[in-house]
Order: sequence, then C-alpha cells, then structure tokens
Amino acid sequence: MIEVKNLKKSFDGKEVLKGISTTYEPGKTNLIIGQSGSGKTVMLKTLLGVHEPDSGQILFDGKDFAALDPNEKRNLRTEMGMVFQGSALFDSMNVEENIGFPLKMFTNKTNAEIKDRVQEVIDRVELIDANKKMPSEISGGMQKRVAIARAIVNNPKYLFCDEPNSGLDPKTSIVIDELIQEITHEYNITTVINTHDMNSVLQIGEHIVFLKDGKLVWEGNSSEIMQTDNEDIVDFVYSSELLKEIRKFHTNK
Amino acid sequence: MLGEIFRRPTKWRLMKNLIFKEIDELIIGSLGIVAFLSFFIGAVVTIQTALNLNNPIIPKYLIGFTARQSIILEFSPTFISIIMAGRMGSYITSSIGTMRVTEQIDALEVMGINPLNYLVFPKLIASITYPFVIALSMFIGILGGYVAGSFGGYLAPEEFIKGLQDDFTPFHIVYAFIKTAVFGFILATVPSFYGYYMEGGALEVGKASTKSFVWTSVAIIVCNYVLTQILLT
Repeated sequence: MIEVKNLKKSFDGKEVLKGISTTYEPGKTNLIIGQSGSGKTVMLKTLLGVHEPDSGQILFDGKDFAALDPNEKRNLRTEMGMVFQGSALFDSMNVEENIGFPLKMFTNKTNAEIKDRVQEVIDRVELIDANKKMPSEISGGMQKRVAIARAIVNNPKYLFCDEPNSGLDPKTSIVIDELIQEITHEYNITTVINTHDMNSVLQIGEHIVFLKDGKLVWEGNSSEIMQTDNEDIVDFVYSSELLKEIRKFHTNK
Repeated sequence: MLGEIFRRPTKWRLMKNLIFKEIDELIIGSLGIVAFLSFFIGAVVTIQTALNLNNPIIPKYLIGFTARQSIILEFSPTFISIIMAGRMGSYITSSIGTMRVTEQIDALEVMGINPLNYLVFPKLIASITYPFVIALSMFIGILGGYVAGSFGGYLAPEEFIKGLQDDFTPFHIVYAFIKTAVFGFILATVPSFYGYYMEGGALEVGKASTKSFVWTSVAIIVCNYVLTQILLT
C-alpha cells in the first residue's frame, strides 16, 4: 500500500503539486489522470523518489521514503518496478538480458536460476520467439511486454507505469492494459498508472485520481466516472462527441 | 560528476564484463584505424624530412632521428588522441546521450543503480589501457617511416636505424606516456559529461557529440602545452 499525505512539490517557485493526499491499495490498478501540465508526471516521479517532495509524506507500507537512509532507499527501490512511456529497454542487451538485468544487479541468483525466472516471466507476458532479439528488432507492443516483464521479474511490491499505451494501436493498448491488470491482481501488486488513455480509464480504472493544476479534484473508479457530474472530469474524459454519446447511452446524462 | 562515478559501485560480477566490453569497443576497436593512420603519417613525415634535408653536409641518418622525435613526442600521443576524440568521444557521447533521450538512464536510476558508476566507470578503467594504443601507434609510425625511407630510396635502412638510436633520451618516452595517460582520462570523461548531462532529443545527441569533440580536442591541446612546459623545460 502507498499512502500519500499532503504532498507538495514546487519547481522554481511554481507549485506543481498542491497538497495531494490519496491511498493506493495493493491488488488494484490505480490511475492518475489529468490534462498535460496537471502534475501527473511530477506526481509519479515523486512517488518513485526521482523528485524529493517539498513537504508531505509518501509511505510505502508505512515506511516514509524521504526518512529512509540511502541503503534503505536502495532496498526499497528493488521492490519497485517501472514501465516507462518509451519502454526504456537497454539497446545493448537482447530481450532475455533486459529482463534478467534486475536479477543480476540485485540478487545472488545463479545464471541458471536467472534463466529459469526470466523464462517464467517471458511466458507470463506471452512473448513468443523473442528471447534473443534486440529491442530494435521487435514491435512497440512487444517492447511494452518486455518492459512489463523486466518490471515484474524481481517480484516487486509496487509497479509504476508511465503512459503504458503511448504509441500503441488501440487493440494492443487493450491487451497491454489487461496484462497489467491481470498481473496486478495475480501478484497483489500496488500498481500506479499515469495515463491519458480514456479506454484505460474506463476499462481498468479500479481507483482513479484526477489532477487539475496540481490539485486532486476527483477520486473514484471507472463506474463512478461514468456517473459523475463533476464538470472538470466530464470535460476531460468525455472530450469527443463520440465519448459524449457513449456516456449519454449509458447514463442518460 | 567525478566523485559520483565512484559511489554506490555496481556488483563486480557485472562491472568486470562492462570493463571488458568497453576495452573491446574503445581500445581494441580503435587499433585498426590507429595502425593505418600511424603507418602512413610516419611514412609522410620521413619523406617530408628527407625532401627538406637535402644539404649534402647534413647526415642522412638525421631523417630517422627527426621521424622518431616527431612521432614519439607529438604525432602519436597528441594527434592520435585528437583523432580518438572523434572516434571514441563521439561513440561515448552518442551512446550515453541516446540512453538519456530514451529514458534508459532514468530506468537505471529508478532501479536504484548509480548510472554514472554503471556507465562511466568502465570507460574510465578502459582508458587506463589507452597508452597501449599509443605505444602501437609509435611502433607502426616508425615502421612506416622505415619502409618509406628505405624503399623510397631516401636513405639506407642502416642509416634510418642509426638515426632512431641517435641521442635517444628515455625520458621522452616517459613524457609521451604521461601525456597519453592524461589524454586517456580526458577522452573518457569529457565525452561522458556531454552525453550524461544532455537534454532534448535525437538532434541534441548530434549536437552534444560535436560539442564533446570540440571540447575534448581543446582540453587535449591545452593539456599538451601545459605538460610540455612542465615536463620538458
């Protein structure tokens, strides 16, 4: 579980996060949504410890990240997995090596044990015939699967995804969303996803936090987002005529 | 940046492989071009010297002496290092810069890995073997001079060898390798700095590589002057 308490962060005197409080529970896909510049990326990077908060607390199962010493922080980081927007696979390594990298770095497993575990997650994310391929030789969707496999290979307690559907076609986006949700449920991971994708919001949003100008203005789930009358949410989520029609069809609003 | 390179070291099991990979890429991979350039420049230095020392009272063996001094003191340590600023420097800046642009460095940070140690330390250690490249350049440069001088009919092979042995000062070799060690350090660190701290996209990777080449060359030329002033005067 990740508890965020009154989180504030400024850059060059400009307040980007204005006292955000929320709780991300394990086994749920937690989404951060909002327009560009709303503070989503800063929020995710602050959760990851890339930015230090100006004030407030981020508690990982009760442990305040900012109060930990460097070694404890390092240990906590090994319990985190991250799926980057552009996958961020290491160009110089093939698929297997990319996935096994966190195990080589942080565990004392033998090469045979690493190979077994890598194959296990490759099977889990359904990567077929890609073990020896370089990242540049596989499609965007497969790169995302590799990124997910790398993020979960070390059995993380916390999984962070920055716009995991970015650059993917709608069908592959759905597959990736479903994969993240299945993994979250299966391993009881606390998953936090930063997204713009409205399909993701409606399909896998078990807990959604909507940010506007650095403030949390709405919190709920995908069923509640269909029913809400909050104008900010309605403007953001149902931005196209098609989505407005879908909402009308489902809710008569 | 320098202090951070040595903090939170990567596991030796992995670091060892990274160091060998960098030695292969940066040092072994440079040997071909260095050998090619050294042979022909050594040959040209000898021919130019022979053509300019055409006074009959100047002994022919001075051609070998001049070729040796030019190659050992300046051509191999300094000019090969500037060429390496293009080859090694561009490789280092563009590879680290591309990792920055594609969030690979962020991925290392998020995993709790010190990216400076993981990326720059192996290059720094690989640069310790850089004097080997320059030693090879010196040998092949002199060989090029010998071949051009002897087979071009400018002087007899014995005269060239006599010139090589004439008034030999061992400290000149020490001076050349002190310079080489400093240039090796510059070649590993300046391009890494420009790659690691770059911002932007693919275009900026190219710009960073150009900047890195310019400033690595400037640093080599300035250090060359300072070291020569300190060590040879």
